[in-house]
Amino acid sequence: MQWASASEFFAMGGSALYVWGAYGMTMLIVAIELVGLRRRARTLREAAGRNAQAHSD
Amino acid sequence: MNWLKYSSPQTFYPLAGKMVPWFLASAAVLGAIGLYIAFFAAPTDFQQGEAYRIIFIHVPAAWMSMLIYMVMAFWAGIGLAFNTRLSSMMAHALAPTGALMTFIALWTGSFWGRPTWGTWWVWDARLTSELILFFLYLGYLSLKSAIDDPRRADKASAVLALVGAINVPIIYFSVKWWNTLHQGSSVSFSRAPSMASIMLAGMLVMVFAFWAYCIAAALMRVRCEILERERGAAWLRNLEGN
Repeated sequence: MQWASASEFFAMGGSALYVWGAYGMTMLIVAIELVGLRRRARTLREAAGRNAQAHSD
Repeated sequence: MNWLKYSSPQTFYPLAGKMVPWFLASAAVLGAIGLYIAFFAAPTDFQQGEAYRIIFIHVPAAWMSMLIYMVMAFWAGIGLAFNTRLSSMMAHALAPTGALMTFIALWTGSFWGRPTWGTWWVWDARLTSELILFFLYLGYLSLKSAIDDPRRADKASAVLALVGAINVPIIYFSVKWWNTLHQGSSVSFSRAPSMASIMLAGMLVMVFAFWAYCIAAALMRVRCEILERERGAAWLRNLEGN
């Protein structure tokens, strides 16, 4: 284990801004892409469902 | 087994849907292992201190940005040559993820450059060619959405993707061809890697995590593309749940 305490871990030897800035942006982008894709797929599936309904009536 | 069967959107749609959870789960598991190595198993670098830990996302993202572009250009080219719908959809589905990976590579590189080089950005061959890659992705996406007829949009964007592919080897070899601030490759096929084995292991695990994530994202997006492009097709009406 590298770290004596949690605060030492978060301080990243003085490079906290750079390390967490890089990792934070990466996590944010991945989260945004996944949420966006989920939402887009749901909207499209609902539209496809409505279309199917309209044709079966 | 007839693999060509899966080249039709109708059969590929449910197949892609079945694959997505597996790739997402692999990405999550590999990502967790990779992050554990990155932050707890890998030691402090004797030159760069802790800032070097950015390597565990920077290098995988940079590799993915180039690899996705090549795969995208490949599918765009296949779509252009054989007029296969699914190939063009695959190319379109890869582009946004590729653009995001390029952005991550640039962003994390910048956050790494500041503490190690003393600057956020420098117009060096590696950085500039990676920035051009980002603009190529954006150009591809905007050209595709600027043309209303989807088949014409496929063709025009495919030409752009193929012409832009010349940039990828330029990025890759830029650190050899020009004198750059960016360090040379830490990992290559021709010689032993110039980094500690635990760091290398962490980086490779993260590469596979990024790989799995990008495949999952591309498959999720190609399913959306299929739903949009095949709107009104008879097979979509019989789609249950999936």
